[in-house]
Amino acid sequence: MLELIVISTLNGVLFGMLLFLLSSGLTVIFSMMGVLNFAHASFYMLGAFFGFQLTKWIGFWPALVLAPLLVGAIGMAVERYGLRNTHKHGHVAELLLTFGLAFAIEEIVSMIWGKSPVDYRVPSLLDFPAFTIFSTNYPAYKLFMLAVSVVIFIALLIVLKRTRVGLIVQAALTHPHMVGHLGHNVGRVFMVVFGVGSALAGLAGVIAGPALVTQSDMAAALGPILFVVIVFGGLGSLPGAFVASLVIGLVQTFAVALNGSLASAFGPLDPSAGPSVLTDVWNVTIAQVAPIVPYLLLVIILIVRPMGLMGTRES
Amino acid sequence: MRKLTLAIAVIAPMLGQPASAEDTIKIGYIDPLSGGGASVGEGGLKTFQYLADELNAKGGILGKKIEIIGLDNKTNPQESLVQAQKAIDAGVRYITQGNGSSVAAALSDFVTKNNTRNPGKEVLYFNYAAVDPSLTNEKCSYWHFRWDASSDIKMEALTNYMKDTPSIKKVYLINQDYSFGQSVRTDARKMLGAKRPDIQIVGDELHPLLKVTDFSPYIAKIKASGADSVVTGNWGQDFALLLKAAADAGLKVNWYTYYAGGAGGPTAVKQTGLDHQVFQITEGFANSGNKAAMDYEKAFRAKVNLSLWYPRAVNEMRMFKAAAEKANSIDPVKVAAALEDLKFEVLDGGQGIMRKDDHQFLQPIYISSFGKLTESEPFDEESTGWGWHLVSKIDTPQAMVSTTCKMARP
Repeated sequence: MLELIVISTLNGVLFGMLLFLLSSGLTVIFSMMGVLNFAHASFYMLGAFFGFQLTKWIGFWPALVLAPLLVGAIGMAVERYGLRNTHKHGHVAELLLTFGLAFAIEEIVSMIWGKSPVDYRVPSLLDFPAFTIFSTNYPAYKLFMLAVSVVIFIALLIVLKRTRVGLIVQAALTHPHMVGHLGHNVGRVFMVVFGVGSALAGLAGVIAGPALVTQSDMAAALGPILFVVIVFGGLGSLPGAFVASLVIGLVQTFAVALNGSLASAFGPLDPSAGPSVLTDVWNVTIAQVAPIVPYLLLVIILIVRPMGLMGTRES
Repeated sequence: MRKLTLAIAVIAPMLGQPASAEDTIKIGYIDPLSGGGASVGEGGLKTFQYLADELNAKGGILGKKIEIIGLDNKTNPQESLVQAQKAIDAGVRYITQGNGSSVAAALSDFVTKNNTRNPGKEVLYFNYAAVDPSLTNEKCSYWHFRWDASSDIKMEALTNYMKDTPSIKKVYLINQDYSFGQSVRTDARKMLGAKRPDIQIVGDELHPLLKVTDFSPYIAKIKASGADSVVTGNWGQDFALLLKAAADAGLKVNWYTYYAGGAGGPTAVKQTGLDHQVFQITEGFANSGNKAAMDYEKAFRAKVNLSLWYPRAVNEMRMFKAAAEKANSIDPVKVAAALEDLKFEVLDGGQGIMRKDDHQFLQPIYISSFGKLTESEPFDEESTGWGWHLVSKIDTPQAMVSTTCKMARP
């Protein structure tokens, strides 16, 4: 039992940190510009595919640096030539733009790399078990993923809270006109922030690609859960996103580990009732519904605390 | 003069069109060509195209060329029906499909209704891989023919092997949460319980179909249960990722599988380092020892650059030809009648028969294990250097289960 708890905690934290890496970019963009970027998971997918392609050409480590930069550049272009022009038509237009972009990216990716999963492997340097607990190996690559996510989180916090750049970014968030009058180029700040957010998603793609599956529908599979993270954590709150990522990662992992059902808690239904919809519902285990648990959390938090765990604004 | 030539050049193909359409037999291949099942679906499409080319090179069926039309159903029943209707509208009278029993059930139902409503334009449904037993039991249809062994036939053979393996004490079941996965778990529980009541089922897991991206939490659970063997019907991405996670965690158990040989499976097994500890149950495999089948495998690999996952697809196409020639017609109604009780020498050797009662093809079944190859086994899988090794062959009479099918005959 202890074994299961320890391993599940590790797995949950890892998944949570990966979610954070993705949602941090989304949160920063959202708090800056008020745009819910539907194409964010697509930038993650682009990161994975660029990572795969660059790994084939120049190796994993250069790809780890170059692929996020490429994705960031695409993100900046999207902001400069897409979002900035639609901004004057309001948030709905911006939302629709990113929505369409997500589909376009998926189509382009499947045209270039095909619809089957690509063979994106863990670099041989990290392809060994890092340590063994209770006779279960923990792969070094997963530890590496964890380390990258933690480093990024700390770096983001420091930049936003402790540096001059962070000060301007935060000010531009609430008082864009004032910041503009002080001589800062608010447009460029927005563009860079969008680029950095996209690059973060790209980075998550590069490092998650070999561990999960790299294929053209990976964005669609991950997109919805990201919105759960940022709403659950509080719209626009970076620490909130961090906590929410961890909570959702852990909840989902532990839900798989639990075999409990209503039947095991309260005993089976009267057998004379015969098989019916009720007995089906009664016998469903938590493990079976694990994938939908995060969405249940989303619904509950929206009812109980609409601004999210650490959010400041009602929305 | 030039105008006339131009006119002929434009009109001639139009005139030629109907004639050539009648000269081809179109087979609609409806399987996932995108999403989580794509790797499996694309392999199947290439296999059927190879088989069609082979038949065409030998003059086709009754002088008619065969054309395979690939249609993407995204492993989705609803999408499959749209594709099936599209195919029928384009003149397809034969549909073949395999991946996903939920899709198969929907298609079988669709074809049956279509044939009732459109007499004279019947469509036959050749199922090469969907193994839910209900398709040839309570949901059986006259227009549906299955070449793969149903999952209860496979489980019957598998448990007959497991019951003679005393080292098996604790079994963990993990399957995809849909009709096929559920039938694997219920059959395994029932048959193991009857044949080896001392075996303990220490886990019985269902997970969402083609949705899980990381199986580590499931592997942690298997490990914690103390199981020595796992039985799984997982296929495609779900199998490869399951084994990948097992390899990462260093889980050392015996795996009894239906589809370890599918796309990505062998690579994942090799990563686990479980030499001859992953078993698969099939109607044939590369190193079966049958010379004709091994020669065929060699030619297939040379041209398609894939292993022959579906010896049953070879049986299907060859039996289609045999039935059409027996009926001397490519009319689906006559072909269906000719297929019933048709005896056939299968690719890997031994006689099979298309049972009239439920349209289930009965054939020899093999259990093989995956690991280092011996001298007489030339074929590895996915360039891993490992390949399949014969563990047990179950002949047709021992690989039968009864059917409850009450078929409505036209």
